[in-house]
Amino acid sequence: MRAEVTEAAETTAVEVVDLASTPLRELNQRLHDLAGGADGPRRWRILNPNGAHAVACGIDAEIEIEIQGHVGYYCAGMNKLATVRVHGNAGPGLAENITSGTVMVDGNASQSAGATGRGGLLVVHGDAAARCGISMKGVDIVVRGSVGHLSGFIAQTGRLVVCGDAGEALGDSIYEARIYVRGAVSELGADCVEKELRDEHRAELADLLLQAGIDDLDPSDFRRYGSARRLYNFHVDNAY
Amino acid sequence: MATMDTHDPWSLRESYLYDRRVIAEIQRAAREGIYDIRGFGAKRRLPHFDDLLLLGASISRYPLEGYRERCDTDVTLGTRFAKKPLELKIPVTIAGMSFGALSAPAKEALGRGASEVGTSTTTGDGGMTPEEREHSKMLVYQVLPSRYGMNPDDLRKADAIEIVVGQGAKPGGGGMLLGHKISDRVAEMRSLPRGIDQRSASRHPDWTGPDDLEIKIGELREITDWEKPVFVKIGATRTYYDVQLAVKAGADAIVLDGMQGGTAATQDVFIEHVGIPTLPAVRIASDALQELGMHRQVQLIVSGGIRTGADVAKALALGADAVSIGTAALIAMGDNSPELEEEYAKIGSAAGFYDDWQAGRDPAGISTQDDELAARFDPLLGGRRIANYLRVLTLEAQTLARACGKSHVHNLEPEDLVALTVEAAAMARVPLAGTSWIPGVDNQG
Repeated sequence: MRAEVTEAAETTAVEVVDLASTPLRELNQRLHDLAGGADGPRRWRILNPNGAHAVACGIDAEIEIEIQGHVGYYCAGMNKLATVRVHGNAGPGLAENITSGTVMVDGNASQSAGATGRGGLLVVHGDAAARCGISMKGVDIVVRGSVGHLSGFIAQTGRLVVCGDAGEALGDSIYEARIYVRGAVSELGADCVEKELRDEHRAELADLLLQAGIDDLDPSDFRRYGSARRLYNFHVDNAY
Repeated sequence: MATMDTHDPWSLRESYLYDRRVIAEIQRAAREGIYDIRGFGAKRRLPHFDDLLLLGASISRYPLEGYRERCDTDVTLGTRFAKKPLELKIPVTIAGMSFGALSAPAKEALGRGASEVGTSTTTGDGGMTPEEREHSKMLVYQVLPSRYGMNPDDLRKADAIEIVVGQGAKPGGGGMLLGHKISDRVAEMRSLPRGIDQRSASRHPDWTGPDDLEIKIGELREITDWEKPVFVKIGATRTYYDVQLAVKAGADAIVLDGMQGGTAATQDVFIEHVGIPTLPAVRIASDALQELGMHRQVQLIVSGGIRTGADVAKALALGADAVSIGTAALIAMGDNSPELEEEYAKIGSAAGFYDDWQAGRDPAGISTQDDELAARFDPLLGGRRIANYLRVLTLEAQTLARACGKSHVHNLEPEDLVALTVEAAAMARVPLAGTSWIPGVDNQG
């Protein structure tokens, strides 16, 4: 129930940082200083991000952060442990290489959301652009809307759930990641094929949707995609 | 039609166009249906530092006494923005080579050797191993397109960060690690199934172009609290523009790898036919930095065929702040050793020719993930050899610098060089020996 954490903690003190008057460097340094369980505020609210890049990146602490507004590139990049919620849209590379924790965006995310993520959960309540989940390595990504082309490109492990449609070359050169799409898929990428949706997959889908705070969709309406494994060991007859 | 006359070997004429190597490659391609993949670097003849000579001092310049008068070799990398620049005692570093391509004890040896002489070593496509962190006093952490093994903890443990855009052996190409080297440990570090052919991406997953790169560098600086130098590594191709764009993007240092740069596994056609040689690349990069007023502010680290102290001295004279070695380091540790002649013969190769670093059957225990082969390699001895070799490179470079009257190897300059060939003169922009002619430069007036 990671999506509910921020509401549950509403009663404790919140450290408010206004980026209109506080340098980003100062904010990130204060967040980094909480690594290793160091004393300090556990709940943060960031005002006026105004599209700034690298907001709340590199955190290594079990804290909660609410960002009120739009963020630029690499928000919550390499996140560890923290729960970060963006009440707005996010630029490219949202939560890139996330290793744990949760990152949620109320609006849309630009390209390469969750790129190379190794763990944790990324939830985009709007649409995600191209290359969502590119080269993902264990992260779980749930997109309430649609994703752009080359999403799940070279995806290694983890799960990508798309409640809307998927653009061209979905799952191109995919390894062992699992992709679930509820809407239409424009085109599957190299070595990506549709696979049977079994009960175990419905169960993990239901869990992922629950974690993302999505309770109005039936896991049985999704289709599952994964690797045909024809490119795992090169053979000229399988080359594209 | 030529006929065989057993008494006259000259009666047979080999085609220049279709020589024996070309014929063998056509036949191999037809038989196997896949391009030739190998390790090592370019094997073709290329203009190189051998085509340059240093002008020792005489009447117009005076030399320094060999090994007595000071000739400093220290270099600091990352002085532009980093709070904690890398302070090296010698201008020779160990280039990025992955655990996966190399065995764990080989990586350890590189760290031991580099640390002993006060220089840095570098991770590779596959992440940082505890062994190399433990044994490397200064470790540069590569951020590659694949991001295999990439994690923020290791990023924070590193002493510098190197964003790899390309490498000299294959500018525009991604990494490659064939299935027989994907052991359990390698597979786990790279989040891949065991035994597959792993082909790393050629483009970064979360940035494209110089404007994005600037923002990416900014993110890495934020994550590491602006402590660590951020290098940008490029394969030598459009070097002038790449260097200037990397500087504009905020790099602390440029790592420039010429086409002779080594590789653990790349298509032969890529190794031999893409990129430009190190010789012109270093001069172009140096000029690009000079034009921006950033020479020595943004350090230039050059690799690709650095074998001797003469190569080091000439690269520095052309404007590099430091050089990196890869292939030569492996050879120093025992790769291609005549002591392994019988072993090489068993796998269809020979000492001095072995380049199947992709195959994982290295009898020296260096380019392998086979536990039995890797156990043959002694990381203490390997480390000692690396240290010895780095010392020799440094001593040789100092010897040449002193002969040119320089109290620091960085005081070497293009004016100390002449070229043996017209090509080298044009590429290095130094005069053809015995003339004042620099082809392509209007210096006759």
